Amino acid sequence: MERLNKSEIAFKAFAYLIVIAFALMALYPLLYAFSVSISGKLAYESQSIILLPKDITLTAYKMVLYDKGFWISYTNTLFYTVLGTMWSMAISLTGAYALQSVHLLFRRQLNFLLVLTMWFSAGMIPMYLNYKQLGIDNRWGMIIAFGVQAYNIILLRNYFSSIPKEIQEAAIVDGCHEFQLFFNIFIPMSKASIATVTLFYAITRWNGYYWSRILIANSFEQPLQVYLRQLIENYQKLYDESSVVLDYSADSLAYAIIVCSIIPVMVVYPFIQKYFTRGVNLGGIKG
Amino acid sequence: MAETQDVRMRQKKARLIFQAIAKDWRLYVLLMPMVIWFAIWMYKPMGGLLIAFKRFDPSLGVLLSEFKGIDNFINMINGVVKEEFWQAFRNTFIISSYSLVFGFPVPIILALLFSELNHEGIRKITQTITYLPHFLSEVTITGIVLMLVYNGVHSAGVITTLFINQGWIEPNASIIQQANYFRPLYIITGIWKESGYNSIVYYAAIMGISPALYEALKVDGGNKFQEIRYVTIPCMAPTLIIMVIMRIGRMLSIGYERVLLLYNTNIYVTADVLSTFEQRIGIISGNYGIGSASSLFNSLIAFALVIGANTISRNISKTSLW
Repeated sequence: MERLNKSEIAFKAFAYLIVIAFALMALYPLLYAFSVSISGKLAYESQSIILLPKDITLTAYKMVLYDKGFWISYTNTLFYTVLGTMWSMAISLTGAYALQSVHLLFRRQLNFLLVLTMWFSAGMIPMYLNYKQLGIDNRWGMIIAFGVQAYNIILLRNYFSSIPKEIQEAAIVDGCHEFQLFFNIFIPMSKASIATVTLFYAITRWNGYYWSRILIANSFEQPLQVYLRQLIENYQKLYDESSVVLDYSADSLAYAIIVCSIIPVMVVYPFIQKYFTRGVNLGGIKG
Repeated sequence: MAETQDVRMRQKKARLIFQAIAKDWRLYVLLMPMVIWFAIWMYKPMGGLLIAFKRFDPSLGVLLSEFKGIDNFINMINGVVKEEFWQAFRNTFIISSYSLVFGFPVPIILALLFSELNHEGIRKITQTITYLPHFLSEVTITGIVLMLVYNGVHSAGVITTLFINQGWIEPNASIIQQANYFRPLYIITGIWKESGYNSIVYYAAIMGISPALYEALKVDGGNKFQEIRYVTIPCMAPTLIIMVIMRIGRMLSIGYERVLLLYNTNIYVTADVLSTFEQRIGIISGNYGIGSASSLFNSLIAFALVIGANTISRNISKTSLW
């Protein structure tokens, strides 16, 4: 054990204090949201809930779970997340493989054009008109036209480039062609990076809001985030229209909706967290 | 003579390219999906930026619409919407600068503090917790924030209640509806959502510093603050510079989703930014000409900012994005 001098001990104590305080503050809104969502009306409206729930009742959740629109949008989001992630991954993996190959003609130029999209984009209006023109207003359109990111392709490309050239050469000598090289060597050797990028894409799809709201014509195809936002905007009205006297407050309803939408993320989060941190530190951002 | 030679050279080059592609055709099959995707969804709309110079008529399309020169730009900065435009322009820079000043240092400090925690369990748990809000959607995060600060008839959000009880705000004040609260609200929301996650990259940089450097300073009798000043910060410099460049490049495209979800018509004075202005003028009101002019303006300034920041840092510190 190394000896610490006074300033180091003071600094360490300070570090523990601040970090723990920051973590508690980051967690507090979520805990509070959960507590209110299962608390009774009187307890909430008398401002007596600070952290822990009071007069526990699950009826707010009942209202959410009996809501058809909630389930429709939930299913839609699952659809967008699963198929959209597969679509994005298919394009990113094949593209990343091609971009790392030394045989590729105009490789530098293609890489440049890819990186450029990270720094220069057409902007919202031209993109909007493009989506309109090409008829992106339904489920399949949302999957096809969105969700491929230059950053993620670069991440995969950089990882692919780090696979030893000897292995590739040996495979080529054995008569492997590019498809076999891609499927039998590159993909199995990059499982961790592929997992990371898959998760990046999945989270982006799960959280997608703006373009769905603007583009999707049929409200039955809206994802959860759009539905959630509409509920947050209208929960007071929804609550007031209820035919029976409710034992929870309108706010509990809003919080219950929010909690329901984050449960899947919270459930998988502890398991996938390490992949995300790895992803950030993986290839870096350099083109 | 020279001409035929030139033609022959070009033919030979074309043939060579063709042969190379034919030989590695599988590689190009793998390349194609990505090229097509980016061509249609990223590069094709760039052509649509021409709308900024035209009186766009959807029935004619981009190319056939009437060319109007810079009329749209003049209308934008000096027409009916000029007040809205300049207000959004000003807000964009003010909000960006505030988030740079207040938001940028937080993840760095956090990473510095994380690196001090010897107790691995506590460090892992606190890191996991602080990264979490990054993975929740903007709708969720802003939903919770709006609930915490609203001030309603039956009840008030817990933060509003606290502030009223402490006498920091008037009992009937509404943080959501009053313009002067928007910027702090936006920036604190951003700090809550992103600082933990943004600390990852700094944390990795600190972990990469050789312990020998710290040892050397210790032998010389340096204390903790000298350690941070003379070892940690200089060793983190490349990461810091890259992050600043990226931040500056994104200055104009500040999270429009978050603004859109947090603001309302009463607080445009402080809350409306270029991207929300653009979507309101363009998508909601259907004025594609001015909308595209604003898009182009936005994209060009953003691009210029990245190149500028990158050049400056390459010259003074030898660190750059490219």
